[in-house]
Amino acid sequence: MNLYTFASPAHFYTLAGRLIPWFAWGAGLFTLWGLYIGFFQAPTDFQQGEAYRIIFIHVPAAWMSMFIYLVMAFWGAIGLAFNTRLSFMMARALAPTGAMFTFIALWSGAFWGKPMWGAWWVWDARLTSELILLFLYVGIIALWAAIDDIRRGDRAGSLLTLIGAINVPIIYFSVKWWNTLHQGSSINLMKAPSMAKTMLLGMLVLAIAAWLYTIAVALVRVRRIILERERQSEWVKAILAKES
Amino acid sequence: MKSRHKKLLFIVMGLCGIGIAAALILNAFQSNLVFFFTPTQVEKGEAPTGRAFRIGGLVEKGTLRRDADGLTSHFVVTDTVKSMNVTYKGILPDLFKEGKGVVAEGRLGVDGQFTATQVLAKHDENYMPPEAASAIEKAQKAKTLVK
Repeated sequence: MNLYTFASPAHFYTLAGRLIPWFAWGAGLFTLWGLYIGFFQAPTDFQQGEAYRIIFIHVPAAWMSMFIYLVMAFWGAIGLAFNTRLSFMMARALAPTGAMFTFIALWSGAFWGKPMWGAWWVWDARLTSELILLFLYVGIIALWAAIDDIRRGDRAGSLLTLIGAINVPIIYFSVKWWNTLHQGSSINLMKAPSMAKTMLLGMLVLAIAAWLYTIAVALVRVRRIILERERQSEWVKAILAKES
Repeated sequence: MKSRHKKLLFIVMGLCGIGIAAALILNAFQSNLVFFFTPTQVEKGEAPTGRAFRIGGLVEKGTLRRDADGLTSHFVVTDTVKSMNVTYKGILPDLFKEGKGVVAEGRLGVDGQFTATQVLAKHDENYMPPEAASAIEKAQKAKTLVK
């Protein structure tokens, strides 16, 4: 058995089915642990008081919104170059979760901005580029839904994903390149994090929870897509006959 | 060269092209993408004249004073090189403090006085418990005393 076995939808369907419970339970446990740290263990902030606790939702969601997009672009590029069926299915399975995290990041950000900055929304580079990311997600999902031919839809959607990928570094570096109202990043590969340890731990635990959740729901979704697309094949018919 | 390698090369080249195009566009719109101008930039004439814009910097320590009406406030915004006088009538955000970041939207008068219509607090990316913050403050004070 080699790695390419899992590129076949039939094998991947079984593998995904086995993995889902692990990721789902992991996501649940990490969420509870992270929220416990965030709300009960992490200290009050010296300037923002209790309101800073939105960070535990806001930052993991914003990270995931960008990361999922890059993963979608990766699968789209692989699919376009090598014509692998499963890559396109993975890209389609990830999009709704990415859109959801983008929305959560924007929405929680608005609730954070009002008490801290004094405004729900400002058109600074960080907020505007993140809003464009939401439009990209919605646009890609709509494009997929609008094209009935699955292969053409896959290609068109992935092409749009790849073009939009340029927005992700713009979001990430916007606070560095331009004057923005949004503060710079507290976590950086180049320097020590400018956060108290417990706060950082809570945020990282919730970020891992978001990863596990994303993998779990993407696998559930990709299994549905596999069944739908392979419904004419013998192995899917066998499964459906067994279940009914 | 296999056709799929050709396709991959095509995708990579396409992405590079988009990246370069985006960099050029963003560079051309540089002045429209900044959320605020610093007092130094205003001094140099980089801020738009004749229309509202935002200035940003720190509220200079010891400059905040309020008028008798309790609503109008005056303060100085500084980028530690140049500074500007700002007048604002309205409620200041909770995080507005002397020595902290601020972004004010409004117009620059001929007298060099900036009249703000909106004042936003800009906080930094540091998060720590109050005890840690006061410990750092004490340490910094001790340092300046030694000097």
